[in-house]
Amino acid sequence: MYLDHAATTPISGPALAALTSELSRSGNPSSLHGSGRRARAVVEQSRETLAAAAGAHPSEVIFTSGGTEADNLALKGLFWSRRDADPVRKRILVSSVEHAAVQDTAAWLEKHEGAEVVWLPVDDDGVLRLDALAAELNGDRSSTGAGADSVALISVMWANNEVGSIAPIAEIVALAAEYGIPVHSDAVQAFGSVPVDFSASGLAAMSISAHKIGGPVGIGALLLGRAVKLVPVQHGGGQERDVRSGTLDTASIAAFAAAAADVVGHLPEESGRLAALRDALISGVRAAVPDAVLRGVDPALRPEGRLPGNAHFTFPGCEGDSLLFLLDMAGIESSTGSACTAGVPRPSHVLLAMGITEEAARGAQRFSLGHTSTPTDVEQCVAVLPQAYARAKQAGMASHVSSIETAGSKSRNAGTAHAPVSAPLSQSGVGK
Amino acid sequence: MRVLAAMSGGVDSAVAAARAVEAGHDVVGVHLALSRMPGTLRTGSRGCCTVEDSNDAWRACDKLGIPYYVWDFSERFKEDVVQDFIDEYAAGRTPNPCMRCNERIKFAALLEKALALGFDAVCTGHYAKVIDDGHGNKELHRAADWAKDQSYVLGVLTHEQLQHSMFPLAETPSKAEVRAEAERRGLSVAKKPDSHDICFIPDGDTAGWLAEKIDMATGDIVNEAGAKVGEHPGANAFTVGQRRGLKLGTPAADGKPRFVLEIRPKENKVVVGPEAMLAMDEIRGIKISWAGLPIAEAAADVSGEVQGPGSVRRSLDFDCMAQVRAHGDPVPARARVEWTADDDGTVREELLVTLIEPLRGVSPGQTVVLYQGTRVLGQATIDAARSLARPEL
Repeated sequence: MYLDHAATTPISGPALAALTSELSRSGNPSSLHGSGRRARAVVEQSRETLAAAAGAHPSEVIFTSGGTEADNLALKGLFWSRRDADPVRKRILVSSVEHAAVQDTAAWLEKHEGAEVVWLPVDDDGVLRLDALAAELNGDRSSTGAGADSVALISVMWANNEVGSIAPIAEIVALAAEYGIPVHSDAVQAFGSVPVDFSASGLAAMSISAHKIGGPVGIGALLLGRAVKLVPVQHGGGQERDVRSGTLDTASIAAFAAAAADVVGHLPEESGRLAALRDALISGVRAAVPDAVLRGVDPALRPEGRLPGNAHFTFPGCEGDSLLFLLDMAGIESSTGSACTAGVPRPSHVLLAMGITEEAARGAQRFSLGHTSTPTDVEQCVAVLPQAYARAKQAGMASHVSSIETAGSKSRNAGTAHAPVSAPLSQSGVGK
Repeated sequence: MRVLAAMSGGVDSAVAAARAVEAGHDVVGVHLALSRMPGTLRTGSRGCCTVEDSNDAWRACDKLGIPYYVWDFSERFKEDVVQDFIDEYAAGRTPNPCMRCNERIKFAALLEKALALGFDAVCTGHYAKVIDDGHGNKELHRAADWAKDQSYVLGVLTHEQLQHSMFPLAETPSKAEVRAEAERRGLSVAKKPDSHDICFIPDGDTAGWLAEKIDMATGDIVNEAGAKVGEHPGANAFTVGQRRGLKLGTPAADGKPRFVLEIRPKENKVVVGPEAMLAMDEIRGIKISWAGLPIAEAAADVSGEVQGPGSVRRSLDFDCMAQVRAHGDPVPARARVEWTADDDGTVREELLVTLIEPLRGVSPGQTVVLYQGTRVLGQATIDAARSLARPEL
């Protein structure tokens, strides 16, 4: 039972067909002969298809290797170009619940490029606080009194990858527009799950990725407004409008476009289907484990505030990795919700930013649904959860002191552990 | 059995896990994340806690066809091993962090979690043997290969811990054999170098690392009679037995080199003296534990009656071999455990070891492990050591 579609979702039929058919053909889209022109035609057709699916103009699509590259390109490129135009613009306003691709890029700019990153707070549901953004822009909040003039860019993710909360993008863009500040949004989780229209959003830049919508891993795009100036990050042949260099991956691009057309074409009915499954999962988990706490927006109160495929809980008194292990053993594949490249689980910065304690955050578990999910997946998950939770709770928290009898605990219980004997050895009569 | 194989990323734990799989156990590999900021090869970190080591463990599990997980014990490790290490040095003692990790992390925090999650045992790549006495009681013994034997660092395990411990490398004739077996099994860690030193001190510079954690102040170096013979930049930077770097102003009367005999953190003094005084004849230990059930003598050979507070209530004498370092030679000894009633009625347990052959470089904080033949009887933390060559102050 695969309940980790937010990590990656299985490739869709149309995407697989496009990928395999293109992989067997040759031709560099930048070549000027027949094979090159054929490949170029596929790329441009795909660009138009993708642009239509995302509400963008084809010339606004910059293909990248994925969401991470798109985020890097947006943040670094926008920062450099805005700062070069006016050296006062050093501040980057970023939400405190961003994916590592944005968070770490902003932190890098601060460390190496003299940027000043302002981490904007979110509410208890993980939604950006507009009042905080407004205060930063008019200089009320910043200690230096710095206002909009010093802001290079704003970056706020459209939908959060962990708790599925959807940001008020329209309001953010409206606020920024008063000062002419470009806004970037990481829409990797939102695109294909909820209606996303790049042009209508007023965003300057938006990151999307193929493998979250049924396309292959390794391809993504930055949608970049035609009027937006951006300094390139990687240099070379300048294939993508001199903004991004590297030979275009025709097969992946074709598959990305096919996946996007498929997913956006079925969005209304599919999001309805997933939301119903998610609601069944939420009520099932709550019934099976009354202690479980739903994190993020409660869809019963505000259905449009949460991704249709996301259900995220914290389970008190247990480690998320214990629960993940037991669910995995029971055939349920889930996630603790935080990115862990090193395989080292840490309490999620998203949950901490939402005001959740580190202790509670350690018991996080994310279930994410996608196009292959069925009611059986949900039933199975709910069925094995109570036993898994009971066991995980028994295993306790990693921070607690073990109850296994050790040499130390034994002597501590006897009251001697931390009280070394101070009498001189000669009085103890050894060897006498 | 359901077995949790603790995988450090090294060759020993990989082969141990392979053997557990081959023995028909249901095995899951787990790597312990002991640092919140694990280094990578690119960042120049090393030891047994890096991302590279985690990846090596992962690949070994792939090869063995067993699931693999990383569990976070960084918080407990920091408190029970790293902080303990600092505190012990600050108190002028010499701790053994590997032993502490076995006692409190691998066979306590990890074991407890494993048992709760449905496992029956924790398997590691230690060279040591657990033997059942036929009645379900476990005994800890030296490994077949005495050169690699690690029973010393496991001497701290209690009966409860030994009941759930599995050491598949117990009978291995040599480390070379383990590497050859890893090669045969196609494990990529076959040629990986052994880890050395202390895993949480990345560059191996223990003194430098400690200097950042412990306040050092200049103080006096005194001789065995208490007379000042020099000054030191911080007492905690010295270890018992050290000869170099003392920079003594006053030469010794006999003209012979002097060695660190003792560190007195409260007075911030380092005591030096002739080499002969490094040979310890008597050791006093606290925090005693038995590796398995207490030895038979514990029931039989007990004498003494409690007469009142402060008097010996009960004692137990037995012959054994004593070892004070992981790879030090054991020496014949006579041991006595004394149970004394304090004024407030609490019973204090002490181990007094008379070494028939004196041992060099024994310092407080180290562990004395007692053996009879190949069997580990138990251990105690050394609280004080005495050389008969050294006059009482």
